[in-house]
Amino acid sequence: MSDVRAIPLVRQGARPVACPLMPLEVRDLVLGFGDTVVLNGIDLELGAEGCTAIMGPNGVGKSLLLKLLHGLIEPTSGRISWAGQRPGAVIARQAMVFQKPVLLRRTVAANLDFVVRTRGLDRSRVHALLDHVGLAHKADHPARRLSGGEAQRLALARALAIDPEVLFLDEPTASLDPASAHAIETIVGQARDRGMRVILVTHDVGQAKRLADDVVFLNRGRVVEAAPATTFFPIPQSQAARDYLTGKLVF
Amino acid sequence: MLNKMFKAAIAALCLAGPAAAQDSSIIVQSTTSTANSGLYDYLLPIFKDESGITVNVVAVGTGQAIKNARNCDGDVLLVHAKPAEEKFVADGFGTSRTDLMYNDFIIVGPASDPAGVAGMSDAKAALTKIAEAGALFASRGDDSGTHKKERALWKAAGIDTTQGSGEWYRETGSGMGATLNAGIGMGAYVMTDRATWISFANKQDYVIAVEGDTEMFNQYGVIPVNPEKCPSVNVEAAQTFADWLLSADGQAAIAAYKVDDQQLFFPNAPAQ
Amino acid sequence: MQDIGQALSLAFALVMSGDGDLYEIVALSLRVSLSAMAVACLIGLPVGALVAISRFRGRGLVLVVMNALMGLPPVVVGLLVYLHFSRAGPLGFLGLLYTPTAMIVAQTILIAPIVAALSRQVLEDLNGEYAEQFRSLALSRRHMVGALLWDARYSLMTVALAGFGRAVAEVGAVIIVGGNIDHLTRVMTTAIALETSKGELALALALGIVLLAIALGVNAAVHLLRQTGARLAYV
Repeated sequence: MSDVRAIPLVRQGARPVACPLMPLEVRDLVLGFGDTVVLNGIDLELGAEGCTAIMGPNGVGKSLLLKLLHGLIEPTSGRISWAGQRPGAVIARQAMVFQKPVLLRRTVAANLDFVVRTRGLDRSRVHALLDHVGLAHKADHPARRLSGGEAQRLALARALAIDPEVLFLDEPTASLDPASAHAIETIVGQARDRGMRVILVTHDVGQAKRLADDVVFLNRGRVVEAAPATTFFPIPQSQAARDYLTGKLVF
Repeated sequence: MLNKMFKAAIAALCLAGPAAAQDSSIIVQSTTSTANSGLYDYLLPIFKDESGITVNVVAVGTGQAIKNARNCDGDVLLVHAKPAEEKFVADGFGTSRTDLMYNDFIIVGPASDPAGVAGMSDAKAALTKIAEAGALFASRGDDSGTHKKERALWKAAGIDTTQGSGEWYRETGSGMGATLNAGIGMGAYVMTDRATWISFANKQDYVIAVEGDTEMFNQYGVIPVNPEKCPSVNVEAAQTFADWLLSADGQAAIAAYKVDDQQLFFPNAPAQ
Repeated sequence: MQDIGQALSLAFALVMSGDGDLYEIVALSLRVSLSAMAVACLIGLPVGALVAISRFRGRGLVLVVMNALMGLPPVVVGLLVYLHFSRAGPLGFLGLLYTPTAMIVAQTILIAPIVAALSRQVLEDLNGEYAEQFRSLALSRRHMVGALLWDARYSLMTVALAGFGRAVAEVGAVIIVGGNIDHLTRVMTTAIALETSKGELALALALGIVLLAIALGVNAAVHLLRQTGARLAYV
């Protein structure tokens, strides 16, 4: 993983332009399947900049919330608004990296080329992107023969290929070794520093501390805390968050 | 990939198109016996050398051949069922019908001869014996010329085969060769034209049981399809072919065709 | 049993003799059935893909019909095509009856439903894996279909092969619309039917063995391609 140029995860002065899709407003969002209610009245407001980490115990519906925000699934009730627009209307201006990358049965370069072509973008960016995520030397390899870390970097490159205004990451480093995880964090940090709005689901407290500007903590189908990272980690307000951060609350 | 497949498909269709569209080719709707006996394989190259015309033969039963020609799917009709042929001409589908050649029908059966008809020359009597013995008989059952003749003989013998249908009387609904294969497979008597029998390769222990009855005379006729009913007909080539078959040259060629030193067809076109 | 031994040696002798007629018949069989396969793929694959990614009222009925059409009897297809292409029929003016084109049309009708139904199954499975990612990428329907068809290419080869196998082996349709005309529309299966009707059982069987060998060859080639695909994790 040493092929990713080590860029220190530091804020580089003032952020570029604020994300035009923000603010995100979520009102009384409910998601249920039959008799099971997973999300039970989510209220949330996210500002224009930075990286938000969505945290919470297993099974609390973090990934589902991410998919709702991205417009991949429909809520049972409630409202999501990206600067006044429905998720379905702005899905093309967002990108998502799934926990398990879904790669096409083609070469590494062809995976990027496909997205770039369908978006009518300049195909020369394919190699710049591969370079950026440290996969240039694997351009002609079959994508599905990549290691877990490489596959996730390719998925990230594909997400970045369309210049999304919002980038969703669903536990992007969950099954990766530390070096691979670091490579992913580096690239995500760079994107955030370029002004991309990042919304990240993670269980990795260290990762959240390194990347997130603010934290949304879910428990029992609701938002329990939404606070700046600088206050959430040292002084969590809720008992649930305290238990979670100290490893007592897993489910 | 789609693009490539599309190109391949177009190329294939283009290749496939023009093959039959040449002016110097005709389609003959023919009975199977003339085709299966190898007569066309012998005659057509001779005709092609003389005329440059390619003759394409569709070999089906006489009934099917006449139906196809009625649909204008042929230029010349060459079959062996005189009443049906005359009706074809009377209905305006053919310009004229001319006797071309003949051979005869025979009844073949297993060497064991379960009905005891071996050596008989009276077809009606032989069929009566077969029916009385309840010996198996395989019929074409396909409205072909051979089938028509066979039914006429049963009728003349006063036997109603529908009683035995599926029992001893077995209608294969197939061509002559398929019926011979089936009949030989089940040990049944089969009525066939002599030409098909002589050239048939799967005889096993079968021999000719009944032959020589004038009632079993098998007349072939040739009819050019009428361009007034079927404008698509290649009139000139069709007439050339029919004329050649009926000419001294054509008749001599028919007589010259032999399998195992036996003449299969006997030309009998009216003198020109 | 004696016939089978005789047929095997005859088949070998036929192929070795470089018999022009045999090669002509084999070539026409391949041309007709491969063309039918190509056209059937052109029609069947997009249909299969569209049904695979779409949810609409009456979809269940469409699936049942598609699957039922896989069992179209060749003779019925042949008859339908004959009635249309006959000079007396609505498309008679094209003059296509008793040409290889008519045979390609008949076989295409026969196998397009096979290609559509089988590809629908293959592509629906693949779409199950890709659908969420595709929606996230906000792909158009056209791009989805294109990506699914390309990514399932190795599986779809097997689908196409199933169609080819059915086409090259059928006799009922081509004998009606082609007429089994020597040097024009005679293919392997109609030649086999003809030799059988002449009682030349060994020769018929020998031709059958040659047909089988061709089918084996085509299948082996696709198998090798698939193996390559599997090695690259493209399957």
